[in-house]
Amino acid sequence: MEQILANGLYLGAQYALIALGLTLIFSLMNVLNFAHGQMYVFGGFVTYTVVAQWGLPFILGLVASAIILAVMGALIEVFLFRPVIRKSKRDESTMLLAAGIAFFLDAVILLLFGEKQRGVPKILNGVFNWDMRIIMPYDRILILVLAIAMIAGFIALMQYTKAGRAMRALAQDRMAAQLMGVDVDRYSMIGFALGAMLAGLVGGLLVTITGINLGMGGPTSVKAFMMIMIGGAGVISGAIAGGFILGMMESIGLTVLAAYGDITYLVIFASLMVFLAFRPQGLMGKPWG
Amino acid sequence: MMNKTYAGLAAFLLAIFVLIPVVISATGRWDLYYTLTSVALLSIGAAGVWLTFYIGRINIGQGAYALMGGYVSAVLMTQAGFSFWATLPLAGIFCAAVSVLIGLPILRLRGVYFAMITLVLTEVARLTALALPVTNGAKGITSIPLPGELPIFGLTLIPDFASMESPKLAFYLLAVTLMVLTYLVLWRIVNSRLGHLCRSLQQNEELSASIGVNTAYLRVLAYAISSFFGGLAGAVFVAISQSIYPSSFAVTDSVNFMLYCFVGGLGYVGGPMLGTFLLYFGWDLLSVAKEYQLLIYSSAMIALMLVLPNGVLSLFDRKGGRK
Repeated sequence: MEQILANGLYLGAQYALIALGLTLIFSLMNVLNFAHGQMYVFGGFVTYTVVAQWGLPFILGLVASAIILAVMGALIEVFLFRPVIRKSKRDESTMLLAAGIAFFLDAVILLLFGEKQRGVPKILNGVFNWDMRIIMPYDRILILVLAIAMIAGFIALMQYTKAGRAMRALAQDRMAAQLMGVDVDRYSMIGFALGAMLAGLVGGLLVTITGINLGMGGPTSVKAFMMIMIGGAGVISGAIAGGFILGMMESIGLTVLAAYGDITYLVIFASLMVFLAFRPQGLMGKPWG
Repeated sequence: MMNKTYAGLAAFLLAIFVLIPVVISATGRWDLYYTLTSVALLSIGAAGVWLTFYIGRINIGQGAYALMGGYVSAVLMTQAGFSFWATLPLAGIFCAAVSVLIGLPILRLRGVYFAMITLVLTEVARLTALALPVTNGAKGITSIPLPGELPIFGLTLIPDFASMESPKLAFYLLAVTLMVLTYLVLWRIVNSRLGHLCRSLQQNEELSASIGVNTAYLRVLAYAISSFFGGLAGAVFVAISQSIYPSSFAVTDSVNFMLYCFVGGLGYVGGPMLGTFLLYFGWDLLSVAKEYQLLIYSSAMIALMLVLPNGVLSLFDRKGGRK
């Protein structure tokens, strides 16, 4: 049982980080970022290139992933989303753009990094063993700690800095924030960059454990959508809760339901639909997003 | 004005039923039939997605119904011995019935929430197909017979596909006929009282409910029609490929259905048809670019979005806002 919980916590921390980036972009721009999974894969490949091919330390790989993805996110916001949002008659049009960007990133990843599964050598050796109750390799524990530290850092950023306050104001009411003198364009760009950066960081973290390949983008996006649906779209605490809940459900499901075959995800999906029928806005979301 | 519309329609029908087969047999590009058949079938599915857009919902779950319709048709044909022609409407009706059950709770959701839940639905459909015994799991159902003859009162209306020299042409005609029927139905819906009610839902659901529109009934009805089209498209696809797997329609296909609608333009009945044609045909033509295919395709899509964010058909939209 302890093992299941530990696994769930480990999965949940990563999921929460992915969901945070997605929900941040959604709350600021009202854009459902289909390309989030692809950004995550891209970040993983950047870390792989820096660590496994150039032989630099892991931490540099993470930093490189963060910087490259943040720049990419900022450019995407300024040159793609901003003009489309201004010109389009309906906000849903951004979905086509986001899906186009997802395809585009897939193509870029294929051309730059190839289609093979990639991983980096273990960054820490050894296994933590607590009385045979919890067995966990040290590198997973390190990733868990890093992920939780990043979540804490992100919350602190949103809560206590000027940029964070501006972004929270934007998420609440774009018009009101603008009237209060918040530079809407600038903080939209920063928010998008931050969301993309989070996706890149998770990619960089996970490449050390599970490796990374081209096909992981789409399924990751779907999982991230589920998390923010559980927690409520556009709410930061909801994204964290959704990430941890999904991580736990996966961990428990894979153990308990193993006897019935590969139905964990079916059960999770079905219960999500039932849950949403009763609480459409998720755990903590505002009604109708 | 009206005469012009009818003339355009007649020209379009002439082109797809006479001109294209003539041109193809003259040039010998028989492979184009497969592409064009796919375009016709996918645009049937996209028509359904478009109808859900029309009530103001973003539907990324059409792949689920296409898969469901495909499986219904395949299972009925291989295990219950139905003829293809009987399974075609049954697949559609089954999907519509299921969509009523699913739609009742999830259609209460709006905006991004509905979009995300329908995307999840596609994944649920795939996993269900993997888990159920009747669908034969990941191995799928293969060697499904070609459509047989369709007799009405002893008269053979449609001959047996297996006995034909070119089932490709027959499938093309079948798909195109279905497509024309689908869009006629769609056009009729949009230009009826039902269409006006749907537009009121799209603009403001509370307001239309407050003036006495039964919004819950309407949105389930629109969703059921939409799923009917999805199931129809899936069933014909199965007949063409003579096989179906859980991965036949996946999340990518659902997203594609949505993209077809966007590219064509959400405000126009012909939008999804044109969008499907442009994207699918463009993708096919780009296969000469080999590894750069996806790059060029997605760049073109992004560029299209930057230039014409309201769809290709908005080019003809001179007065702005006119339907």
